[in-house]
Amino acid sequence: MTHFVDRRLNPKGKSLGNRQRFLRRARNQIREAVQKSLKDSSVADLAKDRKIKISTKGTKEPRFRLDPKSAGERDFVLPGNKEFSTGDEIKKPRSGDGAGRGKDAADSGESEDDFEFTMTQDEILDIFFEDLALPNLVRTTLKETPNKTWRRAGITTSGSPNQINLIRTMRHAQGRRLALRRPKLEDVKALEAALDLAEREDPPALEKIAALKEQLAKANAKRKWVGFIDPVDVRFNAFTEQPVPTSQAVMFCLMDVSGSMGEREKDLAKRFYMLLHLFLKRRYKKVDVVFIRHTHDAQEVDEQEFFYSRQSGGTIVSTALDKMLEIQKARYATADWNIYAAQASDGYTQTGDARHCVELLNGEIMPLVQYYAYIEILDEREMEVFASEDSGAELWRAYRTVAELWSNFATKRIARPADIFPVFHELFKKTEAG
Amino acid sequence: MGNFLFDGSEWDFATLDRTYAAIEEIALRDMGLDVYPNQIEIISSEQMLDAYSSLAMPLMYNHWSFGKLFAREETMYRAGYSALAYEIVINSSPCISYLLEENTMTMQALVMAHAAFGHNHFFKNNYLFRQWTNAEGILDYLAFAKRYIAACEERYGREEMEAVLDAAHALMDQGVFRYRRPPRPSKERVLEKHRKRAAYEEEAYSELWRTLPAGIEPPAAPLTPDPDDDSGPDMKLPEENLLYFLEKNSPTLRPWQRETLRIVRNLAQYFYPQRQLKVMNEGCATFVHYQIMNRLYDRGLIGEGALLEAMHSHTSVVFQPGFDDKRYYGINPYALGYAMMDDIRRVCEAPTEEDRDWFPAIAGSGDAMAALKDAWANYRDESFIEQFLSPKVMRDFRMFSLFDKADDGVYHVAGIHDERGYRKVRSALARQYDTAGDPNIQVVGADLKGNRTLRLEHRMNRGVPLHNATKEHVLTHIELLWGHDVRLEEVAV
Repeated sequence: MTHFVDRRLNPKGKSLGNRQRFLRRARNQIREAVQKSLKDSSVADLAKDRKIKISTKGTKEPRFRLDPKSAGERDFVLPGNKEFSTGDEIKKPRSGDGAGRGKDAADSGESEDDFEFTMTQDEILDIFFEDLALPNLVRTTLKETPNKTWRRAGITTSGSPNQINLIRTMRHAQGRRLALRRPKLEDVKALEAALDLAEREDPPALEKIAALKEQLAKANAKRKWVGFIDPVDVRFNAFTEQPVPTSQAVMFCLMDVSGSMGEREKDLAKRFYMLLHLFLKRRYKKVDVVFIRHTHDAQEVDEQEFFYSRQSGGTIVSTALDKMLEIQKARYATADWNIYAAQASDGYTQTGDARHCVELLNGEIMPLVQYYAYIEILDEREMEVFASEDSGAELWRAYRTVAELWSNFATKRIARPADIFPVFHELFKKTEAG
Repeated sequence: MGNFLFDGSEWDFATLDRTYAAIEEIALRDMGLDVYPNQIEIISSEQMLDAYSSLAMPLMYNHWSFGKLFAREETMYRAGYSALAYEIVINSSPCISYLLEENTMTMQALVMAHAAFGHNHFFKNNYLFRQWTNAEGILDYLAFAKRYIAACEERYGREEMEAVLDAAHALMDQGVFRYRRPPRPSKERVLEKHRKRAAYEEEAYSELWRTLPAGIEPPAAPLTPDPDDDSGPDMKLPEENLLYFLEKNSPTLRPWQRETLRIVRNLAQYFYPQRQLKVMNEGCATFVHYQIMNRLYDRGLIGEGALLEAMHSHTSVVFQPGFDDKRYYGINPYALGYAMMDDIRRVCEAPTEEDRDWFPAIAGSGDAMAALKDAWANYRDESFIEQFLSPKVMRDFRMFSLFDKADDGVYHVAGIHDERGYRKVRSALARQYDTAGDPNIQVVGADLKGNRTLRLEHRMNRGVPLHNATKEHVLTHIELLWGHDVRLEEVAV
């Protein structure tokens, strides 16, 4: 006797435990690979599945095996002879030759030096957050999918009993009863009374009785097949899932790209922007990103330019602020857009420009924006020198005065990836309250 | 039309049932196959990937290497580099076959013939499977193994368990008894032993142990003597089964670690016959599905379309590219196995003069099924090739044999498919399938009274040494299990 078993509906993800074990095992290699792949990807790309290539260091599975290349002798058989006859000699392919590589690679066992697989968005974020020292609560909030609500969506003919719409149902039932001329209870009672009367008459009016009896039977039969309420009458309230309406936000990324900003500084800044983008992405359905770079002059550029090109020239921070205002006025009206700005710099600006910046911020920018974050990227040594919040270069000291006036203005010095998160602390607290 | 079992490619359970009955009729009545009861399960592609990555077993303990395999297979599959197998079949009683839901009805029929009758007959009848694997017990044992390893992981920590499993996996090829029958305690006994240990630990538990500084452990349970343990207190040397030796004699392992080694060892032993029977197992299944599909057609039960689809799939399965082809990846066991078995049928039914010389016992006997069933039951790949590889098959495959000396710049063609070369090529190929070609590593000594060095020996076959980098890597794993120095010597025999 054969059994056919349909297993298709069995729970999936049986190997999830193994996958987690594997990811933990290859943690170091994976982290390297993720960081590298993040470096090459754009700010808005963070929250996507992606392919990761890791080396198999740490996940090797060694077995004893023979190495006939180094010593000894052997015989082996191959198919597909076209030209050889006994006694012929065939040159051995040198290792590294293209020909017969498949077999050679398998022979030497180094075929799995690189290992490629796909990681999900959640797994990538986990690794990304690891360096940034995010509290757990933040991680879960960031990884959460956007909220949905249930909204009324009219009336349907199917649903669960607790969603039954009584008024509609009864109205339909009544309409049907009228249309099909279902005899009312009173009519039947009246007929019965008439019959009763007729039966008591003396002499009995036989024809009348028979007629009444027939009418009564008909009426009862009809009442039976035209039910008081019928499945076709039943109506249910319908609900559908709808995403919570969210508005749109624009994120201005401002960065000093003069010679003093090196690879390391830009990389830190990029992580900062990525994280901010992620935060905004969770709160707003549509997030625009505007990149403004500046030296002594500011320009709006695309992402590639922003992170990878260098310019020479002095440093005038206020030009970037001017540019931002100009773009905001042209394209992002405050009525429609939530405005966020993030500025990264190494803290140097032309003497006297800092005051101009403060004026711009206090007078025009801060009233417009939801949040303005300024990060100053230092190296570790400078971090020690400027241990106190109060000491610092001109721009830093100037921005401190702005921070005292506006609660949604944050300043922070960072030298390592782990320093980035605290900048978001304030912002995040607000997110929770909202 | 009308009489066919199915039309088109859609399938449903009623059609599967009907088709299965027709196939069963042919397999059992016409071909006289002898099978375990069948259980056929329909699974989705994701479940097929799941099954792949746990060594094709329906349940398996957790280990990162299975996760790695899954990630690799999934990426390959998603990228379209590799198609999924149409089926997986498990050597158990009842014999479980997994069919992929995406198969067409023709493929389901082909796969049922292939797995539920071809492989199944082979599992039930081949002497290696009969002797070495316990088809009734394997699923229960795996369930026990999964539970046990999960419990130990929880109790002793994931890293600890991972280290033992890593080391044990590295020795899986050396964890089998090649010639001697393994001592096999029943599952009840294993459970009983485990219970006893737990009971002892409970009894011996004392609040005092908790006050010990970290790093010092309370004394472990003494090893309960194992009545069917044939090594006893004095070890029998040399010992070829490294996992068995370490399990019984390692001076440092704790009881749960020994039990883990035993689980891996039992698993290795279960898979060992499959490694020696690749060609025959696949050949048998392929031969059976070919016969059954053709007989279904002959009886008018399937249409020409279905037959052509089945034959298309059959030919791609038995495709053998030449050695210089890009697609060459060793000799295809399906191709070789099927070619040899179909050749046996030919020799029985329509022999040539050459066949009468080479196979006097079966040439012209007329009863191909009898000859094949005998071969399926009593041979393994090596002996099967040595016995039945005919000149015709060698010619068809255009086989040639190379002699390779490591310090030589050239290969020498030792024999080709001609009168002088047949026997040479045949025995070279047979030896290639002999698992004695695995590194022969033996435990030769353990200085238990002195510095506890474990001495291993690699007995080199024709002077071929071990690959150096992997050797060092595996040795560190052995050292972890042994707890003291391990030395491995290469010895010429």
